[in-house]
Amino acid sequence: MTATTTAATARRLTIAKAMSEAIGQSMDADPKVIVLGEDIGALGGVFGTTQGLLERFGAGRVRDTPISETAFIGAAVGLAAAGMRPVVELMFVDFFGVCMDAIYNLAAKQSYFSGGHVCCPLVLMTSVGGGYGDAGQHSQCLYATFAHLPGLKVVMPSNAYDAKGLMLSAIADANPVVFMFHKALQGMGWLGTVPGSIVHVPQEMYEVPIGKAATVRPGRDITLVGLGLTVHLALQAATTLAAEGIEAEVIDLRTIAPLDHGAVAVSVAKSRRLIVVDDDYRSFGVSAEVIAGACESGVDWLAAPARITHPDVPIPYSPALEHPLLPSAAKIVELSRQLCRGGAV
Amino acid sequence: MPAECDVRIRMYAQMARSRYFEEAIKVAYLEGKQPLFNMAKGPIPGEMHLSSGQEPCAVGVCAHLRPDDTVTATHRAHHIAIAKGVALNAMAAEIFGKRDGLSGGRGGHMHLFDAGVNFCCSGIVAQGMGPAVGAALAAKLGGSDAVAVSFIGEGAANQGAFHESLNLAAVWKVPVVFVIEDNAWGISVAKRASTAIERNSDRAASYGMPGSFVADNDIDAIYAAAGEAIQRARAGGGPTLIEIETWRLEGHFMGDAEGYRPSGEVAALQTRDPLIVYRQRLAAAGVSTAELESIEGRELRAVTDALQFARKSDYPAAESAFDTVFS
Repeated sequence: MTATTTAATARRLTIAKAMSEAIGQSMDADPKVIVLGEDIGALGGVFGTTQGLLERFGAGRVRDTPISETAFIGAAVGLAAAGMRPVVELMFVDFFGVCMDAIYNLAAKQSYFSGGHVCCPLVLMTSVGGGYGDAGQHSQCLYATFAHLPGLKVVMPSNAYDAKGLMLSAIADANPVVFMFHKALQGMGWLGTVPGSIVHVPQEMYEVPIGKAATVRPGRDITLVGLGLTVHLALQAATTLAAEGIEAEVIDLRTIAPLDHGAVAVSVAKSRRLIVVDDDYRSFGVSAEVIAGACESGVDWLAAPARITHPDVPIPYSPALEHPLLPSAAKIVELSRQLCRGGAV
Repeated sequence: MPAECDVRIRMYAQMARSRYFEEAIKVAYLEGKQPLFNMAKGPIPGEMHLSSGQEPCAVGVCAHLRPDDTVTATHRAHHIAIAKGVALNAMAAEIFGKRDGLSGGRGGHMHLFDAGVNFCCSGIVAQGMGPAVGAALAAKLGGSDAVAVSFIGEGAANQGAFHESLNLAAVWKVPVVFVIEDNAWGISVAKRASTAIERNSDRAASYGMPGSFVADNDIDAIYAAAGEAIQRARAGGGPTLIEIETWRLEGHFMGDAEGYRPSGEVAALQTRDPLIVYRQRLAAAGVSTAELESIEGRELRAVTDALQFARKSDYPAAESAFDTVFS
């Protein structure tokens, strides 16, 4: 929320409502925008991403599908090639296994293999994240699984303002965009919601550019890089650290691919300390990519860059097992203290 | 032809056990989730897909199975696990995320494995079908007359894995039976809105295998259809597809407001509750009220004991999360 927004004009929305609003406004503006997916009609999306759209636009443009991801995501690729702008929902990112071919062999390569003659303006929105005891077939993040693949853009908002702006950018983009939304931020009552994700969202259409990170808290001593839920954990940690005299700068990646290495480089050139906080599996992931990019920028580190991630273990069911594995503000505080007080590398 | 009397009594007992289990889980699941429903809270976290109303499918089929037969099941699998003979205490403890659970709390409600009776389930629609074909091939190659049964919902019949698995099973002529529990709803989407034909059992013809349809959630008819299919499979006659009309008396998951469901539908189904219907049928066949009550008391105690065991069990040590990633 900007400082000029008064309480009277504020429209505090959940990410779910902001996504629904963005899709609805795009459908109003462009008849080529249609929505496909499981339970996106009368139910309005299991995670509330298509609320009110069936009532406004009808079953022709808001199409409930069978449980046939291979077919309907493949159909979205064909629709996009034919000039439509499909917004398609993969209910849980964990379900990608049954339909990845359409995503990474078709959508991601349509522009390239056609020499740029056939584009693929497709938005694939999908829920990510755990912490609520749903175990490893419904709780994964898999950011890197998608971000690894050339031809796909991958975004994830940490708040409703960015959710609307990123969705409008994604729909306007000529390329396939994987729009990930974190269940802990979504604003569905039955999942609980981090309050910081519910922010003012302007009524009018606006875009948040794909590929641009945001510095959401300035600080000189250490750079904390997060995405989605972990941005909120980093902000919470930064508040604790500030009371101890450590000023953390917090960067919200907002886009996973293409990653905004420049924004991280600018920050670490100043702080010379870096922690990446990522709730995806540890190895070969976003945390490794951010750290590699920072190292490549030639930082004279005060402490070796570090990361807090989910370890390389399938996400377990029991809270007694899952919760200790997840990134937390306490873990960020502890590691930040070590980096800031541990002396030079 | 109705099953013989002792089989019917055993099936009633299993249906009762399954229903009591779901009712007890429902109560426990809602602890800590009221007045504000939050899936993460309470002694049982995450999604909870209850099977109340679908007991006849599991019990009528599994009545023909042995421990060395394999069953793969779905996200809604408690009734199937119970009918297959999965250890009840360990299953309850798993659902509570406890150390004494089937997998020490790693898998939970949607990922129950009991190697002792060759049972497993998963949360990915239709993905138990391929593994069932594999289990059936292993039995065939090993010279055993064991069979595999894959339970799926009607929504799974629109997945690629359904069609691929039916074809593969028919090409290899393996001893597998595919059982569709048709509860008419894929979360909020009605079967008629998602499926091009009225009867999924008709799809069996596309793959050159017998297909049968059992109406009205009738456990005796399910028992008969499954018996024929499993006997054929054991004798080397290859796969069968069975479609069962059943009903989902609860939401897709606990907390589902079910605004998409026509008003009165659930109430109408409750008047045909298969547990009540079968009780009446057994009573009419001469089973005494005293015997029925004795069965009910015994099954309720087994369920009560299992939940008590689960509650008393400790949580697993946090470090155990790192065990068994590899064998």
